[in-house]
Amino acid sequence: MKSRFKNWAENYGLFLLVVVLLISVWEWVVKQGFIPSFILPAPTSIWQSLMENRQLLLEQHLPATLKEVLLGFILSLIGGVIIGVGMHFSRALEKVLYPFLVISQTVPLIAISPIFIMWFGYSIWSKIAVTILTAFFPIVVSTYDGLKTGGGEYRELLLTMGANRWQIFKKVQIPLALPAFFSGLKMSVVYCVVGATIGEWLGASEGLGYFSRRMSGNLQADAVFASIFLLSLMGIVLFLLIGLVEKQLLKNKIR
Amino acid sequence: MNVLPGEFVSVIGASGSGKSTLFKLIAGLLEPDKGQICINGQQFGKRLGKVGYMPQKDLLLPWRTVVDNVMLPIELSKEKKQEKMSEISEGLARFGLAGYENAYPHELSGGMKQRVAFLRTIMTGRKLLLLDEPFGALDSMTKHNMHSWLLELWVDLQKTVLFITHDLEEAILLSDRIYLLLDKGAVKELKVELPRPRRSELIYQTEFIAMRKELELLIHNEK
Repeated sequence: MKSRFKNWAENYGLFLLVVVLLISVWEWVVKQGFIPSFILPAPTSIWQSLMENRQLLLEQHLPATLKEVLLGFILSLIGGVIIGVGMHFSRALEKVLYPFLVISQTVPLIAISPIFIMWFGYSIWSKIAVTILTAFFPIVVSTYDGLKTGGGEYRELLLTMGANRWQIFKKVQIPLALPAFFSGLKMSVVYCVVGATIGEWLGASEGLGYFSRRMSGNLQADAVFASIFLLSLMGIVLFLLIGLVEKQLLKNKIR
Repeated sequence: MNVLPGEFVSVIGASGSGKSTLFKLIAGLLEPDKGQICINGQQFGKRLGKVGYMPQKDLLLPWRTVVDNVMLPIELSKEKKQEKMSEISEGLARFGLAGYENAYPHELSGGMKQRVAFLRTIMTGRKLLLLDEPFGALDSMTKHNMHSWLLELWVDLQKTVLFITHDLEEAILLSDRIYLLLDKGAVKELKVELPRPRRSELIYQTEFIAMRKELELLIHNEK
């Protein structure tokens, strides 16, 4: 048995080493004056800016963005699952909705977002609308495809045991769909952060996207980078959280 | 074709001769274009859930333990789980699976998976079992062991079995009668007059070898 630490180091050690190396090179290049600091601030000044603005960032803007992300994700989850399951059970629904789903993803987000601002104003709902538009598609598709793929043989077996449609759905199709479903969730939650940020860029009074836009207007590159750092950290943490839930639920799935 | 209660009947035929289709018809997954299928002398409107069907692959649910897999048909028929628990643990012991109750399918060997699937089929409580090449994917050593095991078990199993196989030796060793599915829908019947209880060593006896030769000739002459 390998120790936990050794296992962990084997998985992430190389990645961390490269990160440390990259940051050192970055720091050195900027400090030597090869790149002006208003174009690319040094990691240390990004950190400094993060510390200076920490109250504003952590107490106002981060919670605002997180709220949009979580609300958007939960609403996408509920809606996406309902639509995915509905399309699984009804061919007519599938035929009607699928083209619309694809169309909804071909519309450029940046172009449609001002419309949401027009409809919902600067309230949180305009940001949530953009978030949902980016995040629900992977959930619908992964739910629908997960329920569809495989299970033909299991279905026949359960039919010969006298199972009805609902029993087959519950005992076989849901468990078989879970791996694909979780892949969709992980993608979706990362998109949620993207969606919320875009929404904030186009019109907001708080949030990390709003903050980074204001700071870029002031040419404060270090503050922009600080908020980007927080945004990407948020995405990573949410991604890992879903991965954790998945691991707990699917402990005994096929390997 | 017919199968009498308590009989072990094998179906042999080349790939594509429709053996698995025949089973799906009997199980009720498909409906015949022509002809009739009667179970216990009655022609059921719906045969699904009336016979035990074991497909070629074990099709154990990988996220369920051995016990929970065997429990599946009981869950579906909404019987009380507790009442069946003693029957299941007895079955597991008899099938050489004692101590593996809480193991997951990926932790079992091929032969054990097949036994779990077989026990699950028996737990459906049906009298007629359709076994579609249950040992087809096993290596010859494991297969041999499974034959000995099944022959021992057969005496007090009190089931009727219809069995698909490619393996002539297996068919003769296990069956009371053999149906040969030939080209163009022709069917030939062959009785196996070997006394029961049988042992797997039977395959080395002259009667057995003669029987096998006869069967091979029958198949060969058709082509």
